[in-house]
Amino acid sequence: MLMQEFGDKVSPTVFEKVGVKERHISDTAQPGSLLALQAAEKLFAEHSIERNEIDALIYCSFHHDYIIPSTSCVLQHKLGLNENIATYDLTFGCSGYVYALSLAKSIIQSLGFKKVMLLTSTALTKFIHPHDHASRIIFGDAGSATLVGQEENTEKGIRDFVFGTDGSGFEKIIIRHGADSKKVSEESLLEKKDEYGNVYSDAHLFMDGQGVLTFTMKKIPVLIDDTLRKNNLSKSDIDLFVLHQANNFMNEQVRKIAGIEKEKFYSHIENYGNTVQASIPIALKAAIAEGKIKSGSKIFVAGFGVGLSWCATVINF
Amino acid sequence: MTIEEFISRIESVFEDEQPGSLQPDTEFRNLESWSSMYALIIVALFETDFKTTVTGDQLRKCNTVQDLYQLLPK
Repeated sequence: MLMQEFGDKVSPTVFEKVGVKERHISDTAQPGSLLALQAAEKLFAEHSIERNEIDALIYCSFHHDYIIPSTSCVLQHKLGLNENIATYDLTFGCSGYVYALSLAKSIIQSLGFKKVMLLTSTALTKFIHPHDHASRIIFGDAGSATLVGQEENTEKGIRDFVFGTDGSGFEKIIIRHGADSKKVSEESLLEKKDEYGNVYSDAHLFMDGQGVLTFTMKKIPVLIDDTLRKNNLSKSDIDLFVLHQANNFMNEQVRKIAGIEKEKFYSHIENYGNTVQASIPIALKAAIAEGKIKSGSKIFVAGFGVGLSWCATVINF
Repeated sequence: MTIEEFISRIESVFEDEQPGSLQPDTEFRNLESWSSMYALIIVALFETDFKTTVTGDQLRKCNTVQDLYQLLPK
């Protein structure tokens, strides 16, 4: 569809390098959190998980139903979870899933929770201008639901994390108007064009593609090395690297710089696009289904992007 | 690296361009296939192959293949 729509503006080579053949677009009339809600209901149904077993709920997204209250409170009610649970909103983008894993691990260890439900959702396509070709061919909407629990006497588990933040790059991926610093006004919708003809406004997503690529190439190979060192592991110990699925071109640069074999570097973007916070859990589920993640596998996960923010760990499956 | 070697390297990553299609004075933004992806390809090539960071501002100031060549470390 996009190849036909953008046929005169975007070369087939570009589609091939980005690696996205199809992606899902959510209903603009619905809140972004609906995708997280639907994913949670699916998790309950498919895995016979009892709602009253959940001790805490983490909702990781930049889609909030209201200015106040927290969306995790709204979701607690909609999902029929117990009243005596803790709820957390985490407003992160592409680093969000791994950040949320660190919070889940931390509250299990420090607060004695047994089962933490971790939800993500992205409906970023709502905020992409119809004539922003560069972003439209990359992003897709999605939600995910993960249950993080604790088992005694096992090698399985989430290992040590490495984090990074560079707020000086906050404008590299941004929707400028609509939150507290600037409300949406007529001015917000004034169309601007970048040097490649992509159209955006202050109420739409703006992404400095070159800036984000440079950030990723500089920081993520170092993040990979630092995280392996922190966990006393080497690249050869890792069975599969599941990075945030930004786009195939960018991830391939990271793979080359980091010196990771193609066979160990998972790509799962073709049928989903870049699904921001949801990309890693979607990829993990697919890799499990394909038999690339088995019991005993050591899996490297890393999220990186908007913030700028980055985070990685290793999971023993 | 000579400019001929540099051009050959650029042509190998600009997949829509035939070998021999670029010259030092080619204004790369006038190429039919020029797009934001090609700008990313240049930024990535410099970082991965030439170990040089090219910023958006530096790239904006370049018009010809020769200008890009000048960004290589001396």
